[in-house]
Amino acid sequence: MEVLQLLVYGVVLGSILTLGAIGVSMIFGILRFAHFAHGDMMTLGAYFGLVFVAGAGISPLAALPLAMGLTAGVAIVVDQTIYRRLRRTQPVILLISSFGIALALRSLIQLVWGPNSEVYRSGIQIPHRVFGLVVKPDHLWIVCGAVGLVVAVHLFLTRTKMGKAMRAMSDNMDLALVTGIPAERVIMGTWVLGGAMAAAAGVFLGMDTRLHPTIGWGVLLPVFAAAILGGIGKPYGAIAGGMVIGIAMELSTLVLEPTYKPAVAFAIMVAMLVVRPSGLFGGRT
Amino acid sequence: MSFLEVRDIYGGYGGLDILRGTDLTVERGEIAVIVGPNGAGKSTLMKAVFGLVKVRQGRIALDGEEIANQPPERMVRRGVGYVPQERNVFPTMTVRENLEMGAYPRSDDIRPAMDRVFDLFPRLAERQGQPAGLMSGGERQMVAMGRALMMEPRLLMLDEPTAGLSPKFIGQTFDMIRRVNGLGITLLMVEQNARQALEIAHRGLVLAMGRKRYEDSGPNLLANREVAEMFLGG
Repeated sequence: MEVLQLLVYGVVLGSILTLGAIGVSMIFGILRFAHFAHGDMMTLGAYFGLVFVAGAGISPLAALPLAMGLTAGVAIVVDQTIYRRLRRTQPVILLISSFGIALALRSLIQLVWGPNSEVYRSGIQIPHRVFGLVVKPDHLWIVCGAVGLVVAVHLFLTRTKMGKAMRAMSDNMDLALVTGIPAERVIMGTWVLGGAMAAAAGVFLGMDTRLHPTIGWGVLLPVFAAAILGGIGKPYGAIAGGMVIGIAMELSTLVLEPTYKPAVAFAIMVAMLVVRPSGLFGGRT
Repeated sequence: MSFLEVRDIYGGYGGLDILRGTDLTVERGEIAVIVGPNGAGKSTLMKAVFGLVKVRQGRIALDGEEIANQPPERMVRRGVGYVPQERNVFPTMTVRENLEMGAYPRSDDIRPAMDRVFDLFPRLAERQGQPAGLMSGGERQMVAMGRALMMEPRLLMLDEPTAGLSPKFIGQTFDMIRRVNGLGITLLMVEQNARQALEIAHRGLVLAMGRKRYEDSGPNLLANREVAEMFLGG
């Protein structure tokens, strides 16, 4: 029974990691660098959600689209002002600069919202009891929301011209250019998608626990682990990777202290890089 | 006025020029083939026409319009298609998606163009749902050409279309090229299989050290003993 209960928590965590990993994976596929500021973009999304939850009194789910839109906007601004100028340099410079952006975003969040924890809703949620399992209503919303967004991403990538162009650029950048695909516009689209998904992950994290300025940074490592496990550059791999990492992290608490959860994600990531660096389904190396 | 005119161009990848006073003329509706030893600048010349290599000096005109140093996006819109030598498909995308990407700059109905590609290469119609990366070398070459044809180009440039293909597929690819030419599309290509390529070429061009050394009809070049000895391996 304990295992099943942990599975429930694992699926919730996996849903959140998946949303983050989709963005990390796509940004890597198209821009060829590991985006270290992704965790802090999640945090930013969570706090944007708080603005509407606290300010307008709406539910976190209702605030979700607004938080996603605002975070996507910030992602575009950061890309156009900082990353765009560095695109012709080596990827490692982009990676380091994204580390700087991560610190800057976190400091800004602390400046605006303060260093203390916040909650979307105070008070106790009455959990559902399903076959003896404890399931909080928020957990259901998180999983349903994540499934809905993943389906939306899938439809976007397979049915729309822009989504297909993203896959094309990730597949073969040089060919995309000679085909006449407008690279800069597709890159912007990638940031919108990545930023929006990061915001959703952040809001869901906030619904699951409490908001604090390092909430996203704390899951960056598992998010990277999920993206690498799924084969970085492959958004579909990120979905599977997120679930595996999330469930593994929660199940590990059967035998390890819960504080070691990130270490479990890290261990899986390192093992994967050693054994099969192209990911479960053979992505890019 | 010729369809494509390259006059005395100099350029390369920064540093030393690879093209040193190169000339090239192609008339409308021709198949033009560039041959020559390795490092002669054959691929570079085509990339210069397509704007992938910087042209420092000289002029390139298509149908009388100056086109030197324009970004690929604009070249595609002007009716110039380019098929790179290797890695010329989107491997995880289906055949149909590859063709759709070829038509990316178009905002009109692309179905007629796709039907035309399927008429030209019926094999692609049969396998439209297949990821391009899983197809044979010859089929991939069809996808690559089909992708470029989706813009209904006036000029199609092919960089070594038979590189890495088995002899059976090499013959097929030359057939494909002739069929494309039959649609009235001008072709310019670089080819290692110089003899076979020159057999179908209206115009052959021998390039060496970044300059044009010989120019004649394909069969005449094949018959030219000097060219055969120096560039076609006797």
